[in-house]
Amino acid sequence: MSSTVLLDVRRLNKRFGGVVATDQVDLQITQGEIHALIGPNGAGKTTLVAQLAGQVPSDSGSVHFDGMDITRMATHLRARRGLVRSFQITRLFKSMSVLDNLALAIQASLGQVFSAWRPVKQDVDLQDRAMAILVRLGLADKHHWRIEQLSHGEQRALEVGMSLAGNPKLVLLDEPLAGMGLQESEAMTQLIDSLRRDFSVLLIEHDVEAVFRLADTVSVLVSGRIVASGKPADVRTNPAVTAAYLGAAQ
Amino acid sequence: MRLKHIATFVCLVMALTLPWALQAAGVDFYVSVVSRMVVYAIAATSLNLLIGYGGMISLGHAAFFGLGAYSTGILLSEGVQSAGLHLLVIGLVTGVMALLIGAISLRTRGVYFIMITLAFAQMLFYLANSVKGYGGDEGLTVKVRSLLPGGMSLQEPATLYYVALALLAGVLFFLHRFTGSRFGRAVQALRDDEVRAEALGLPTFACKLVIFVVAGVVCGIAGGLSVNLQGYVSPNELYWTQSATLMVMVILGGVGTLWGGVLGAVALLLLQEVLSAYTPYFEFWMGWVLLAVVLFARNGLAGMSASLAQWRARL
Repeated sequence: MSSTVLLDVRRLNKRFGGVVATDQVDLQITQGEIHALIGPNGAGKTTLVAQLAGQVPSDSGSVHFDGMDITRMATHLRARRGLVRSFQITRLFKSMSVLDNLALAIQASLGQVFSAWRPVKQDVDLQDRAMAILVRLGLADKHHWRIEQLSHGEQRALEVGMSLAGNPKLVLLDEPLAGMGLQESEAMTQLIDSLRRDFSVLLIEHDVEAVFRLADTVSVLVSGRIVASGKPADVRTNPAVTAAYLGAAQ
Repeated sequence: MRLKHIATFVCLVMALTLPWALQAAGVDFYVSVVSRMVVYAIAATSLNLLIGYGGMISLGHAAFFGLGAYSTGILLSEGVQSAGLHLLVIGLVTGVMALLIGAISLRTRGVYFIMITLAFAQMLFYLANSVKGYGGDEGLTVKVRSLLPGGMSLQEPATLYYVALALLAGVLFFLHRFTGSRFGRAVQALRDDEVRAEALGLPTFACKLVIFVVAGVVCGIAGGLSVNLQGYVSPNELYWTQSATLMVMVILGGVGTLWGGVLGAVALLLLQEVLSAYTPYFEFWMGWVLLAVVLFARNGLAGMSASLAQWRARL
């Protein structure tokens, strides 16, 4: 594993009124790793993802991505630079087909926005790229389906696929296994495992078993603070973690 | 599919030969009635771009109709008749105003967006009322009309009709190309889910602003045609009921469909024409029609023709 730091978060803070959601968070994600962020409900995981993606402005601290200060950068510009998030609640474009959803994600990552004349359907290259991702997601034969025709698991897979479509450097996956059945969950775990070669991943997940199977590094967030960070085996036995999180869960 | 092409072709032939047919029937008064439908079809289509494609529910779209109408009316009353110059001024005035109004309004969403666009339109309505030099609350009557580059005048009803028809065709063809283009996809995506669209790297605010300005300018052009048609523009054309009428046309015709604006404008004005011959309570009956559409045909007349085609295919 290369040790280049891709995402470097320093002393990041966020308050909502009197509630401290993110408290002096330090987080480093190195190139090519799957970095899991776990923590009990209400620990501030989703807020932190929204801060990293630029949807929630940070009160103080800094975020550097790929050697650039992105602390105040707009969401869409972060995505263009290769920092893309997925959502805990599936957010797909319901008026478009499965293939068109992915084609749009690719188009967006390339910054192709204001061309208002040439039909997208004629762009064979774009269609092929979208199709290749559908093959990877196991949805190739459903490319022309409407979103609501897909099962929950398939929608979750497409949700993750949307964030991969533009070949980002870092993907923030917000609870990709949420609400999934056993089989679907297994397929998704394998999909995330296969990302290791091509992307860096920040994985927010409740399913502790999946996390310890997938992650190269695990950080534990409790009440907005990182209480432990390290190799899965070390984190598992860390007394602060067992007290605050795993102990309560087991 | 073939039926659809035949239907489009028949409509086109009818649209092109209409002035002759009406003249032959000795009712050439109706040319201006039909022109009115075409002018409103352009305006409603521009609002459909905003509401149906961009998801921006504006209740102030008449502001741009009025701005286009007043720009043209004022130029005509000052003796400037060149249609090219009118087009340029409409583009500048409505474009700049749409940019300003959009840049402020698009920072809000939902009900707040409806209210703020309404507020801007009402401000312009009161402005038009107070400009005494150009008619004030009585409105501005113009005696001359725009002159086309060849010297033809829009005074001639058939000429105005063909100009309006050509503009409508241009708008529809652009909308058709736009729908399948990268920009069209981006705009429809942000209508479906703006947060997701932005998270994928789309500059959603810029996209919405461009659509807001384009819709405003197109509606301004419809306003310019309206002055030439009526020889008159009044502050009422900026009043919020005018915005609501355009919105009713869009809902009636089909939100987010290519032909929605056209179908809605034609249907509403046709109903108005027919019903007002029998009853002074036109709005009362129109209300029932709108209720029926909202309850039973969510996608309006365009949606009804689509389900009719599906029903035919099943037979």
